[in-house]
Amino acid sequence: MGVNKLRTGLAMLGIIIGIGSVIALVSLGQSSQAAVTNQIESLGANLLTISPSSQRGEFIQGGAGSATTLTLEDAQAIASSPSVTDVSNVSPEYSRRAQVTAGGKNTNTSIIGVQAIYSTLHKVSVAEGQFISDGDDARQLKVAVLGPTVVQDLFGETNPVGATVRISGQSFRVIGVTVSKGGTGFGNADDVIYVPLSTAQKVLFGATSLSSISVQAKSSAVMTAAEDEVGYLLLDRHKISSPANADFSIFSQNDILNTASSVTGTFTALLSGIAAISLIVGGIGIMNIMLVTVTERTREIGLRKALGAKKKDIIAQFLIESIILTFVGGVLGMFVGILLSFVISKIISLPFTIAFGSILLAIGVSGAIGILFGWYPARKAANLQPIEALRYE
Amino acid sequence: MIQVSHVSKIYNTGEVETVALDDVSFSIDKGEFVAIMGPSGSGKSTLMHILGALDTPTSGKYILDGQGVGSLNDDELAEIRNKKIGFVFQAFNLLPRTSALKNVMIPMMYDATPKEERIPLAEKYLKMVGLADRMDYTSSQLSGGQQQRVAIARALVLNPSIILADEPTGNIASAQAEEIMAIFQKLNKEGHTIIMITHEPDIAEHAKRIIHVKDGKIVKDGNGHRQRLII
Repeated sequence: MGVNKLRTGLAMLGIIIGIGSVIALVSLGQSSQAAVTNQIESLGANLLTISPSSQRGEFIQGGAGSATTLTLEDAQAIASSPSVTDVSNVSPEYSRRAQVTAGGKNTNTSIIGVQAIYSTLHKVSVAEGQFISDGDDARQLKVAVLGPTVVQDLFGETNPVGATVRISGQSFRVIGVTVSKGGTGFGNADDVIYVPLSTAQKVLFGATSLSSISVQAKSSAVMTAAEDEVGYLLLDRHKISSPANADFSIFSQNDILNTASSVTGTFTALLSGIAAISLIVGGIGIMNIMLVTVTERTREIGLRKALGAKKKDIIAQFLIESIILTFVGGVLGMFVGILLSFVISKIISLPFTIAFGSILLAIGVSGAIGILFGWYPARKAANLQPIEALRYE
Repeated sequence: MIQVSHVSKIYNTGEVETVALDDVSFSIDKGEFVAIMGPSGSGKSTLMHILGALDTPTSGKYILDGQGVGSLNDDELAEIRNKKIGFVFQAFNLLPRTSALKNVMIPMMYDATPKEERIPLAEKYLKMVGLADRMDYTSSQLSGGQQQRVAIARALVLNPSIILADEPTGNIASAQAEEIMAIFQKLNKEGHTIIMITHEPDIAEHAKRIIHVKDGKIVKDGNGHRQRLII
């Protein structure tokens, strides 16, 4: 078998490529799944978002809608009601777009009215200064915390803390800048200005309702229970008997996570399926080479049989050769796959993970391919008649 | 220890029926040195295949060491070949790119000889045929005569009942051919039973008994040494 190293190497190539690509794809699939999950949870974990019903389908920066069915009292009720046991934090929010100017520059951005709890629930931290406090909210102060993109637009590289911005014509003092979260598919979380909730409602926009209430469940296990508890409480408060007529909707982060998982999962499975097909092609290549090898070694087989080899001895001999071929190819493919997923994850900035389960599977599969595609040539060898085989030229 | 009684071998290829052996009977005792001679197509190769358990007769009995060989299945025939027969072929049939030592060890693979015994045993027989200093050579590094000696060592390694040699000197220059025949005669003196197929009278004369075969039948069976052929 070491006879013709080039031929052996080429035969192995199919297996190397097949195993390598399966391992690389599964690893990258897992990495992207982890990356998506991380991105989603970086905005807050175990979150339920309650929206007034006419805003169904719109996300965080929902535009001005006519629905006014959620109130601060609703949020307070959720936080204090004895019937709601699986909720840890409640954050009432009012958001709307507005024109903002500072110095000579201006921008149009999202203004979100929040309470202090918002930063805990949505994992917002400050890079400079401080976040909105409950004191700011109680006194309806005109203070603002800017997101990094707004800072860039209005102040460039200068630290804006202490400066003044005008929101819808009103002057606000900048008290903090948030840490960048990076853009997600759900709107740029850095292109916002946080103001106290009461200030947003009463001073800026003249609203009495909320645009959303974010509720954090105590753990991912109780998210569904929390969703039910909050839903029933609100139905009761709003005096609505049937859930079908609810004037609000609850959106669970679990749903996005599950959808994202299943999308990346399906994608990964599809690509891996294609890679698996290349494994079959590789196996056929192995069978081809083994058949050629059997033909070339016809005299040797005849000799071994003349010296006492039984059919099972010949089968074992060639099957083992075939398994070694695919096994070595599998191990090499494993290294190729790991290298490939390392390189690609660096290029598209994904975390680099090694799926150990898939490695074990790949090694096992490569051995199985050796058996499967080596069987026919081995049997052919074993069935050679010694007399004719010895005469073979 | 060999009894061949009324053995026939008939090949049916489509419509044509070829009679390779026609009702052949003879016996060979332990310790004999027999040459089987005949022109090509005489059936001597077929007879050798049957004696070597490579083929089975169409009819008749072949009894080796008291055991009927004609009716055995493939695995059982392989056992016989492994333990009771030592083959020496015209074309040597050594595995290429493999040392003489490893070649001699091949039959032991199928006999499940304990691993620690294999090399000493192989070395012993290679020494016996005079190749003690060539044990690691491969066939491309050995002359025809030397390769045949490796083959003889291989044939002896499991102490078979008979050594079956098919035109053993056919591919060897005459000087070395004499060496090979000398080895056979020496082995025969030590008690080995040797059956040799040949078409050369000079070679056949080294045996003690010559069986002449023609058209699938035995036409003469007698002593060697200046035996004259009667056709």
